[in-house]
Amino acid sequence: MNAAATPDTPQPWAELGLKEDEYARIRQLLGRRPTSCELAMYSVMWSEHCSYKSSKLQLKRFAELGKQTPRGPLLAGIGEQAGVVDIGDGWAVTFKVESHNHPSYVEPYQGAATGVGGIVRDILAMGARPVACMDSLRFGPLDAPDTARVLPGIVAGVGGYGNCLGLPNIGGETVFHPSYLGNPLVNALCVGVLRHEDLHLAFATGEGNKVVLYGAATGGDGIGGASILASETFDADGPAKRPSVQVGDPFMEKLLIECTLELFAAGVVIGIQDLGAAGISCATSELASAGDGGMRVNLDLVPLRDPTLTPEEILMSESQERMAAVVAPENVERFMEICAKWDVQASVIGEVTDGDRLVIDWRGERVVDVDPRTVAHDGPVYDRPSERPEWIDALNAASAAALARPASGEDLRETLLRVVASPNQADKSWVTDQYDRYVRGNTVLAQPEDAGVLRIDEGSGLGIALATDCNARFAMLDPFLGAQLALCEAYRNVAATGAEPVAITDCLNFGSPEDPSVMWQFERAVSGLIEGCKALGTPVTGGNVSFYNRTGEENILPTPLVGMMGVIDDVADRIPMGFAAAGDGIWLLGPDADEAALSGSVWAEAVHGHLGGRPPQPDFALEKALAGLLQTASKTRLLTSAHDLSDGGLAQALAESCLRRGLGAGVELPGDAFVALFAETPGRMLVSADPSNAEALEALCRAAAVPCRRLGAVTEAPELEIQGQFALPLDELRQRWSATIPAAL
Amino acid sequence: MRVGVVTFPGTLDDTDALRAVRLCGGQPVPLWHASDSLHGVDAVVLPGGFSYGDYLRCGAIARFAPVMGEVVRQAGAGLPVLGICNGFQVLCEAHLLPGALIRNDRRTFVCRDQRLRVETVDTAWTGAFAPGEEIVIALKNGEGNYQADAATVKQLEDAGRVAFRYLDVNPNGSVNDIAGVANAAGNVVGLMPHPEHNVDPLTGASLDGRKFFASLLGQLVG
Repeated sequence: MNAAATPDTPQPWAELGLKEDEYARIRQLLGRRPTSCELAMYSVMWSEHCSYKSSKLQLKRFAELGKQTPRGPLLAGIGEQAGVVDIGDGWAVTFKVESHNHPSYVEPYQGAATGVGGIVRDILAMGARPVACMDSLRFGPLDAPDTARVLPGIVAGVGGYGNCLGLPNIGGETVFHPSYLGNPLVNALCVGVLRHEDLHLAFATGEGNKVVLYGAATGGDGIGGASILASETFDADGPAKRPSVQVGDPFMEKLLIECTLELFAAGVVIGIQDLGAAGISCATSELASAGDGGMRVNLDLVPLRDPTLTPEEILMSESQERMAAVVAPENVERFMEICAKWDVQASVIGEVTDGDRLVIDWRGERVVDVDPRTVAHDGPVYDRPSERPEWIDALNAASAAALARPASGEDLRETLLRVVASPNQADKSWVTDQYDRYVRGNTVLAQPEDAGVLRIDEGSGLGIALATDCNARFAMLDPFLGAQLALCEAYRNVAATGAEPVAITDCLNFGSPEDPSVMWQFERAVSGLIEGCKALGTPVTGGNVSFYNRTGEENILPTPLVGMMGVIDDVADRIPMGFAAAGDGIWLLGPDADEAALSGSVWAEAVHGHLGGRPPQPDFALEKALAGLLQTASKTRLLTSAHDLSDGGLAQALAESCLRRGLGAGVELPGDAFVALFAETPGRMLVSADPSNAEALEALCRAAAVPCRRLGAVTEAPELEIQGQFALPLDELRQRWSATIPAAL
Repeated sequence: MRVGVVTFPGTLDDTDALRAVRLCGGQPVPLWHASDSLHGVDAVVLPGGFSYGDYLRCGAIARFAPVMGEVVRQAGAGLPVLGICNGFQVLCEAHLLPGALIRNDRRTFVCRDQRLRVETVDTAWTGAFAPGEEIVIALKNGEGNYQADAATVKQLEDAGRVAFRYLDVNPNGSVNDIAGVANAAGNVVGLMPHPEHNVDPLTGASLDGRKFFASLLGQLVG
């Protein structure tokens, strides 16, 4: 190799995002300088995005949680492309959430679209049929000019890709905060379904087996996207890296899905991996290092969209809609026939070898000769300094207790309107109406319900529920508790449908790991999640870390997003959100509101622009009792509706429960009406039931040791009446709630 | 009653349409775009989706699929054909129905439970409705804005060939609030809303989609 003979040739390691010691380590591993192709591979695979070098030490701790869910062991866990949960009757579900934050700021439509595309391929690569997606979005202030650029593009991208794939979008979030202005968050979740025996994993084995690259041809888009975009902070003077963002082709992905599922069914796939960040570099090194042999690849056999691409570019390209499979030689012909049926281009680009080297040739020259493990797994691991920031004490001391409160019933009425009309609480149908929620015909509940519910088995009614949540304001006040509160909220949202929460995926969005206060936030959030998951019995199946989310020096609010998956034995028993019949009784399950839970509340933010104090304490035993109660109530059809209390407290829950079907409510509040309406004490749900079930419900609550208070009744009269305070016509409520987002965009 | 459902590359609602046929008492028969055989089915559904990615005009490539030659030929001989969303676009491109679907006037994709009025019961797919019946059917499209020249629109209106009209909200800017149209013989109907999503009480906002298939069954039996 020329590289061995020319040790002193200067190499652009810094431009490729490598640190000096990382470059030195590569030279040490190879015993020579890397070739330019090897340098390209190492640089993308050792980037923060691909190697998790700043988070690895913390993420390892998730292993403490084990693999046991309330419904049995995980079939695959952290380390695979997505975790797989046994849901019974031979069915398994795989789900994962992943970020595509930085590309979505540079090019909102394509960034968001390819975020959906990437997570869908992860799910597909497990052997599953993707069946639904969700999106959790964070933007700067709704009225900021750049939000008007970023938001419509991202929403159109999520919809454009997911709709064209035929995946119902069943839920998610849209949240606004100034810290996301120059760094929106796009966290996309995909869920897939498979039979146990269909599980596929990413590994290359069997000398002589062929490596097949199939799907789209390789082009110049997204070159270095992972290392350049995901691991760098945007400068204040704005983006100038447009060519690094990938361009999506959802039609090709749809063909890839159907083609891949047919390949699985034909039994011609030994190992499989999708090509996402770091493209061929990632797929070849990960497949080879997870297997028991080496791999030889000829880059001349890679179909190219642009024949002028250099071998480094071919290795780094993040062209979308590509997969790599390991196929026995005798099955290659059948493999190619199935690809031809779906008009999917496929090429044998290499084979599995004995030994332990990954060698890659291009135009007769050996351009890569490495131990694949050093590329895929031996990347740097950083124990980044972490320090509790000094400002946190002042922030925690500034509680909401001193803020002015509404003084009269009339003030309270206006306060409620301001809260429900604030951008974070307002109607999100401007966003969600751009997503197909019906396709595939198994969507039993979708946004704005507490959780999306999908039917998995048409015969038995077996189904799943999914919710994503994160209140980053709480995480800012206390990342440990904030992560636990996100976990509890997602758990409760799933439980509200009657499903049993079983496992989570997470997307940990944070600022720069080189900032010790961010590392402290990250460590605390991971600790909070681990303890919370232990208490709830829901393991982490996998997920994603996104660092460097900031503009200039300002880090985003720590945003440890939790995606919770639950199982429901018969989707016909699901409990919807929203009052269902006039005359039904209304109950608040869980404790009365606690005045301290006004700190970090929507009220403090929407009315006073205030964030300070301590977040409320989660109560895991209560959450579990509440979930168990809802499962019983679901199976016995005791409730006509259930809605979790979270952002905006009881006020928001009442408003949404009334507006869902246009039914009024008359309620009497315990204690201070203001505190009862706006404090955000966790572990609570608003439910309704036919009056004939009142005694059964109250008995169930006593048995579960869940506090239960009858607040009033659902009314035919279209108004929300808080007795002794105010009555608010639903027309006015709906007008204020639904006007905010369309008016700004 | 055997009802064929065509899958083009990029078709998405084929499984839904097959399920709807089954739930409504028919025998679903999957049909493949690259085959020129309709396997002797009694009716054909062209389901929704994004055939060929809709990267050219919606439906413009699918109309050249081998299966479409046979659909056009047998439709001319009276075979009942229902085009839903992308299927409606394919029928317009294939000139089995007049007019064209262009980008929604709001310029975004829209998904909603849409109220419609059934404007004619004199077609193979609407006979089970009452005249003027108001129904709710799922709507989801980015290019559902029905347009035709004034003479064509007048002809459709005068001949009672407007099959469905949007109520309350015109979701995409369609001329005269037209949601669906029929050919002169009444055997070919196309509409943007998705009746196959309104056959199952667990997943649909109504069960009004069932009458599309009941109409077919009634017509074929009668």
